[in-house]
This record gives sequence, C-alpha cells and structure tokens, in this order.
Amino acid sequence: MASSTISPPSASFIVKKKELGRSAFSSSSSPSPFSVPKCNKSAAKKIVSAMAPQQAERMPATTGSVKTAMTLTEKIFARASEKPQLSPGDNVWVNVDTLMTHDISGPGSIGIFKREFGPDAKVWDREKVVIIPDHYIFTADKLANRNVDILRDFCNDQNIKYFYDIKDLGNFKANPDYKGVCHVALAQEGHCRPGEVLLGTDSHTCTAGAFGQFATGIGNTDAGFVLGTGKLLLKVPPTLKFIMDGEMPDYLLAKDLILQIIGEISVAGATYKSMEFAGTTVESLTMEERMTLCNMVIEAGGKNGVVPADSTTFKYLEDKTTIPYEPVYSDAQARFLTEYRFDITKLEPLVAKPHSPDNRALARECKDVKIDRVYIGSCTGGKTEDFMAVAKVFLASGKKVKVPTFLVPATRKVWMDLYTLPVPGSGGKTCSQIFEEAGCDTPASPTCGACMGGPRDTYARMNKAVVSQFFLYRPAYLSNTLFHLHIVCSWSWLEALEHSLW
Amino acid sequence: MAVCRSTTAISLSRNPNFSTTNPKPSLSFLSPPCLKLPSILPSFKPLTSQSPPDQRLSIPRATAADSATPTTTSTTFFHGHCYVVGDNIDTDQIIPAEYLTLVPSKPDEYEKLGSYALIGLPATYKTRFIEANQTKTKYSIVIGGENFGCGSSREHAPVALGAAGVAAVVAESYARIFFRNSVATGEIYPLESEVRICEECKTGDLITIELMESKLINHTSGKEYKLKPIGDAGPHHDFSFWGCAVLLRILWTCQEATRLSFLILTINFLYQ
Repeated sequence: MASSTISPPSASFIVKKKELGRSAFSSSSSPSPFSVPKCNKSAAKKIVSAMAPQQAERMPATTGSVKTAMTLTEKIFARASEKPQLSPGDNVWVNVDTLMTHDISGPGSIGIFKREFGPDAKVWDREKVVIIPDHYIFTADKLANRNVDILRDFCNDQNIKYFYDIKDLGNFKANPDYKGVCHVALAQEGHCRPGEVLLGTDSHTCTAGAFGQFATGIGNTDAGFVLGTGKLLLKVPPTLKFIMDGEMPDYLLAKDLILQIIGEISVAGATYKSMEFAGTTVESLTMEERMTLCNMVIEAGGKNGVVPADSTTFKYLEDKTTIPYEPVYSDAQARFLTEYRFDITKLEPLVAKPHSPDNRALARECKDVKIDRVYIGSCTGGKTEDFMAVAKVFLASGKKVKVPTFLVPATRKVWMDLYTLPVPGSGGKTCSQIFEEAGCDTPASPTCGACMGGPRDTYARMNKAVVSQFFLYRPAYLSNTLFHLHIVCSWSWLEALEHSLW
Repeated sequence: MAVCRSTTAISLSRNPNFSTTNPKPSLSFLSPPCLKLPSILPSFKPLTSQSPPDQRLSIPRATAADSATPTTTSTTFFHGHCYVVGDNIDTDQIIPAEYLTLVPSKPDEYEKLGSYALIGLPATYKTRFIEANQTKTKYSIVIGGENFGCGSSREHAPVALGAAGVAAVVAESYARIFFRNSVATGEIYPLESEVRICEECKTGDLITIELMESKLINHTSGKEYKLKPIGDAGPHHDFSFWGCAVLLRILWTCQEATRLSFLILTINFLYQ
C-alpha cells in the first residue's frame, strides 16, 4: 500500500487524488501494508508508516450506507473541518476557501489583522482573499475614498491576487479591474464553487449559497482572524428544507418565492439555521434566480442558504473557473429541522410592505398604492435577468414612466448587457434603448448605490423623510429609516400597477 | 496586571435549538471566584478596537456621560440607567449606513462611531439615546425585544454601542451575526432575558444586572427578573498562555464564540 501516511481528505479531493497517484486508493484488497503498488511515480524508497490497507474512498455523496446521514451544509462543514462526521451544534474549525471583503468592512478588518498579527504579517493565502470595492464608490466623500485607498495599499503590500480596484470615479469603464457589487461579481468572476466555504464581511454573502457552497457573513474581527489563519470557528447549523414544486408561471420571479418564505417564517425564522432549497421549481431556476433566492436568506435571519449544484451550476461555471471543485448533496436520510412545501403554481406576485421584509402582502392587494419613485438595483435585484424582466414589462406597456425611475446595474458586466443584449420580442432592441424610450434615468455606474444609503451625494439617495415615498424593487434590506415607506417586490407586480406607474 | 476583555464567551442559551440552561460542567471553574492561573505572561493586548488600554480598566467599563446617578460597573455587575427599545432593532437603526465610512480600528473614528449610536431610531422614540452635543450616552444598559441587531453584518453596530458607553444589552433574542460580533469584539455583553423585559422597563429606569446570579433588578419599579445564565461569559482575569492552552483543550466542546475568543488570545500571544 502507500508508503506514506495518507492525509485526511481536505477541501479538494480531486487535487489530493492526483498528488497521491493510484497508490492511495487502488488496492483495497492488498494484504500487506508494505507492498509497493504499481504506480506511475517511481516507487517510494522509504516506508514512513504502516497502516491498514486503505479502503476505497467512500465519497459522502455516493455512499449508500453512511452511519449518520448529513445535510448538504453539514457535509461542507465536515469536509472543511476534516472530520468524517458532524452534527448540528458541533463547533468546528473550518478551513476557509475564500474570504471576501469590501470598502465598508475591509479597512476595519485590515486594522484588526495588523493589530493582532503584527504590522508586517502576511495573509494566509494571497489567492484566497478577494477584495471588491463596491459600496460607497461614486462619491466625493473623503472618508469613503480614503477607504478604497486603504484597500489598495493593503493589496499592494500583500500582493493580493484579486483586487477589483477603482481610481477614476468619473468613468467606471476607465478602470480595467473594477467590477461592482461584490456578491454578483464573486459569481461572475468564478469565485463561487460548489462544496467550498466562502466567508464575507457582508450579510448578503449568503448569496453564494446558490452555487451549493457554504457562504455566510462575518464581522471585522472574525475577518481579521481569517486573514491571518485561514480558519474560523463555526457552529454547524441545523437545516430547514424548503421544497418548491411546480412549473414557475411567467408572472412570478425568484423574488416572489423568497418573499413567500420570509413571510411564512418571519425575519427571525431561520436564525442560526441553514436554508436548503429543493424541488422541481428550484431545479428549473437559472443561476441568477438562485442567487436572488439565497441572497435574502439573511432577511429571514438565516446563517446560510444552499441550492444543490446541478448541470445549471456546472454550465454557468464552465467558462468562469478552472479550480477543481467537488459538490456535495444532502443524504436521503439526512435530518432536517423542518420541511416546508410549496406548490408554486398557486403563488401570486408578492410585495413586502413597510417596514419589514416579512410584512408580506399580495401584489393585487396593493394595486391602489400610489408610487412616487422606482429604484432598480442592488445585489438582489440588479442583475441582468432582473433588468430583462423590467424591459419586457416596459415593452408590453409601450408607455412612459410617470415617476423618477433609477436604474443601477449591479456590475460592469450587467451594465454591458443592458447596452448589448437584445430583449426577446423587441425586434432587436437592447434594455437600455427600451429604458430610454420609457423615460427612465440613464443606467448608472455599477455599485451598491442607494441601497445602503451611503454618503449624501449617492445617486438616487433619498435625503429627507417623505411620507408616501415608495421604493419599488427595493434592494434586499432596509438600510435607512429616511426611506419612510418602501415596498420590496418583483417587477412582475408592476404589470398589475400599470395605471399607477404610467 | 494582565487585563483581559471579559466578554470572551457567550450566553449558552443563544441557540434555541441547542441551548442548555446549565453551563457545561467542565466550565464550572470559570464562574466566580475568577480563575487565576500561574501567570507566565505579564500582559497581552486585549482584542478590541478601542482607545489605548490604560483608559480601559476591567470590563465592563463605566460609562461617562452626565447622570444624576453615576453609572458603575464591576466585573460581576452593571449598574446604571437603561434605554428601552423594541423588537427587530436592526443595524441601520443602531448605526446608519452613512456613518460606515468610519473605520472602527482607528481610535478617533471609533469614538465618532459611538457618538452616532442608535441615531437611526425612528422619531417615535422621544428620548434621544445620546443628548445633542454629547458623544457618550448616559444609558449604560440597553433593553430590547426580539431579534436585536438584525440586518447587516456590520461590526460597527456593537462597536458603536460600546464606544457610546453601553456595557450590556439585555434582549429577548439576538440576530446571529450581531451576537457573534458582540462577543468577538468584547464591546458589549449580549445578555438574554427570560421574559419581555422591554415591556416592563422604561427608559431611564435604574437597573442593576448581577451577572453571576443571572438577575436584573429594576430599582425604579422594584421588580426583579431572571436572565438566562451568563454561562461562559463570566469575566476572566490574569490569563497566561498556558492557561489559554489548557482552557482551549478543556473548552473544545464549548460554544463557538468562547473557543474563538480563546484562540484569538492564544494567537495574540504567539504573534506578539
């Protein structure tokens, strides 16, 4: 058998297998621990340890006789902590595959890292830290700009591989690396991979769970610790399962699904828990729709959200990453805390009324609500497919908007798509053309924008409290109490509100 | 004397599905009298993002601010006026997003963050948390309802409260990231009540919290309330590296924040 101790499985089984060659996993029937197997590599000269012949690798995903079944999230934890078996409630040290930070929490995390590990300390892995300035970018605010400078200095010192920098604020396109909203950029740049652990200093880091990985938000202190060690102490969460079946009607979007769920379980319904989405409807969703679903897990208090990886996931990742990954799946006998079932064909478009994401209402119940302004953007609602859905509604209506309508694409790629991709059924028009004809504002530079509020000069920011201001397609969470009244909904609701908007 | 940020652990009851009401037996020696181990190290840096250590004595700290009754704290109790809020106090109410350009690890910006704590509360809260032209609060205890700290992962939230002078929050329940950030930074003790204290106390009431007895006394109303046991969150002093190593081993089955904090202390020692 192999003449060196076989190390426990680590994050990438595939890589490990290549390193060990055939020797580690080939002969389960080899009688002697000292026999030298046939191997592509030259035979090892020295026996380092003797151990029983290695059994054929039992892949958690495929074995049918696991001792205790685990959920998808539990399996990710098990692999990341190099333990064969875990249960919810266990505290484990997980190896972090990717740490993301941005201009809001990056400087603080860097400050803590330097203070605790030393001013000259190096990050644990310069290729696993992804730094994405996106929140307060296009502003004259000195501190906001200084914070991006802090990120740049750190990335230069540490030779961070993935830093999506911006220097020219007047023209985002002049910056070759700048991407935009971190959660969408992470996906588009291939940093989200099934089976991995992704931590970010942002609550909506859970978005990446759409790729079948464990992704959650952490604070500056935790991030500072990860920067130095590449590990974090985490408690294994129990999983809530949400099974959605039925063909998705064309008047529904993924936002309606997650609003349905949040309305069902409340803003604290998933606190400390994992939310796993399954069912035929989920399987039919595109990656962007799955990201919308997982994005708002935090709005239910959830620790993380996951959609099992499938051919849709693999196809999306084909041209985006060459790093090998290995998806995991919940065992058939895995224990879930609670299972919820939804027949999607019976759902209607929903809105979340002021002032909470769980204040769910049917869109048609709100059709007499007067709208004052519209903002389309953010990590949850500013992706290409979201704008496509908007464009189709405008196309169908053919009229001009009556209220100020602000469009903020999430990333550079989304911005490009607005100007290049033809909208189906439009005779070759792009989203941007349709928006212009409808009288919307010109699509702005990609950023989080007014979703977070931000400095006073942020585009489309509301700077005084006004009663009766409505904020359609409102970004993921309440960010400013100046936004007195706001509604979160999917764009398809507007078809029912035509008389109000146009 | 080595001073340790004492919020190195968490209340055991934070996870309703896996909580125990009794502290784990292996931790009993951590309850008072405080553990004293042979001191190999004279001192180590507390893991906080605060002003210089000599301005911080044993935690919880005394609040500044004008008050007819001076607020006092020791290692086992808090005494001061409370500020009462409701359910689902989100991080935008605790520290509005426009102030997030301030970096908590910079001492002067840390203080500024404190001056904006709870400034995002709606106008229905008639009493200001921090008086106009003040930078510290006179309320060293915040009493809240369910899901305190929900919303964003911004660590600026517990930092702002701590910087403003809050020593402890007593809420019915917490949002996960806020709770974890509170413990990681050591800025405030996140305590949990057994009943809805937020409906029985009023802003300005004089409160004593006895950590070890898990008790909250409202001197103004004369009522007492049981809190969920502080468990591992008891104050610790005079830590040595070996103490940390031993405790790390013993606490291996403990709640995540405890282990995190102790490992941070150990790493802190190793990298000094």
